[in-house]
Amino acid sequence: MTRLQMLFCALGLAGLIAAPLGQGNYIVYTMTSWLVFSISAMGLNLTLGYAGQVSLAQAGFMGVGAYVTALMTLAGVPWIAAAFVSISTSFVLGLLLGYPALRVQHHFLAFVTLAFNTLLFLVLRNEEEITGGSFGLVGMPRPNVLGLATDSNLSFYYFALVCFVVAAGVMWWILRSPWGRAFKALRENPIRAESLGLKIRRQTLLAFAIGSAFGGFAGALQTPQVQFIEPHSFALIHSLKLLLMVVVGGSGFFFGPMLGAAVVILLPEVLRFTEGYYLIIYATLVILLMVYSPGGLIGAGHKIRDRLMPRTEARRDMEKGFQL
Amino acid sequence: MTAPIPSAPVLSVRAMSKQFGGIRAVNNVSFDVHKGEILGLIGPNGSGKSTLFNCILGQLRPTSGHCEIAGRSTDGVRPADLSLMGVGRTFQQLSVFPRMTVLDNVILAGQEHEGTILTRLFGRPDAGLTDKAKQLIEFFRLTPYLQTEAGALSYGQQKLVDAAMAFMAGPQIVLLDEPAGGVNLTMLAHLKERLVTYNREHGTTFVVIEHNMEFVMSLCTRIIVLAQGEIIAEGRPEDIRANPLVIDAYLGG
Repeated sequence: MTRLQMLFCALGLAGLIAAPLGQGNYIVYTMTSWLVFSISAMGLNLTLGYAGQVSLAQAGFMGVGAYVTALMTLAGVPWIAAAFVSISTSFVLGLLLGYPALRVQHHFLAFVTLAFNTLLFLVLRNEEEITGGSFGLVGMPRPNVLGLATDSNLSFYYFALVCFVVAAGVMWWILRSPWGRAFKALRENPIRAESLGLKIRRQTLLAFAIGSAFGGFAGALQTPQVQFIEPHSFALIHSLKLLLMVVVGGSGFFFGPMLGAAVVILLPEVLRFTEGYYLIIYATLVILLMVYSPGGLIGAGHKIRDRLMPRTEARRDMEKGFQL
Repeated sequence: MTAPIPSAPVLSVRAMSKQFGGIRAVNNVSFDVHKGEILGLIGPNGSGKSTLFNCILGQLRPTSGHCEIAGRSTDGVRPADLSLMGVGRTFQQLSVFPRMTVLDNVILAGQEHEGTILTRLFGRPDAGLTDKAKQLIEFFRLTPYLQTEAGALSYGQQKLVDAAMAFMAGPQIVLLDEPAGGVNLTMLAHLKERLVTYNREHGTTFVVIEHNMEFVMSLCTRIIVLAQGEIIAEGRPEDIRANPLVIDAYLGG
């Protein structure tokens, strides 16, 4: 990381610390949702943006994390232990689901994950004795951290912020390690990567399982945040929403999913004054963005920067030759 | 160039055949490549060179026959494990990672050969390979482009990056698939000179598929000519050049 980047990160963090001060409950709550979904989208970005695999089960993995945490904390287990189990469960489920699914990859993986998400929804709805069925689970306590309660929305926001920073730090560590380089290589040219000794199936599986674990972590946070969970919160539509966050923000960019989550969560609030037209405007904006900048908002930012301050021009003329 | 001293073969291909439907693309081909040799595989289009290459490299499963690298069978070995056995390769098409820097491209080419999967997560971000990668980049005179995204380089420069990647893990043998294709003359002379120097300094064995006769004749120590899936001639470049069968295969096609 350069000094400039460190400065920007410090400023960003200071902004996030200062942002909720003096805001109403609803805004603080919405910002907390943004933090939670950012963690989940960060995980999906690893699967999609770095390893190049489409997963439609990210909300499902959030559901796994949320229900595990809910059941454990309701049974009196401390949140931190429940969160640890949630993350591990999602990781292992990711491995189990990905192992057969990644033999086929790409759109087949999309179908397998779609089926998983649907199946999970049915299990959560039908296993009433454990999950409470359609009524869901209520009354999960908010965690105490070092004796400090997080019952107010503001204190829970700061708790979520700490979790967010930890998650981002872990992701940053992974991406700067040789694993991160291997994930990028998988996306750009898997055949070449394999010829250089990279075991592509294992590495892709790891990306998928780690991405799923981030989903589980986000779910573990969502449980004490909302204090009410039910199957519809983790239905397929939410997996698509997470996919949208990653793509709109800029898949394959570190800050892409955070920006995307902000847009997807905040834009409906901003567009509320348009009433019935909101969805039409929203859809049009997304289509326009995808047409003009497949790299999402961060990709669009890079395009503008390159136009204002041209550096080396990418050899677009040769792009066809890169793939075998 | 002096003739190599015969020793145990680095690559040994035995009775290899590959059939696609009714077509025998490779028919009962056997040959050995010894340490330090630069073997050229030539032949007209459709003679089976690329199919043979792909069978050796585990991209295709041969119909019959097998292949050994330094005495170890490669039957059913995946390309990744072949790389770990000491086989490097370049591709006919451009095969760099366009959105990664030249340095990252070359480090990636070596990192899977270092440590374990866990040390690659918790250890140094460059797997301790930055110096080695820089040396190799310097060897191919690419140092000015160290931090440039590989996709922004010219075609010839990308071919050099591809070659550097093939050498990064210190392979016993490198298979080069049309290294001269689409490369201009100045860059070609540079590439050839670097390959010969690398061969001399490290004793690495090369097998080269190539259409550019001038390039093959001046680079290789021995040449095998394929036509319609079979070996029709084998020998030193000057003998191959004068062989009527070879002239016939190329001109009489």
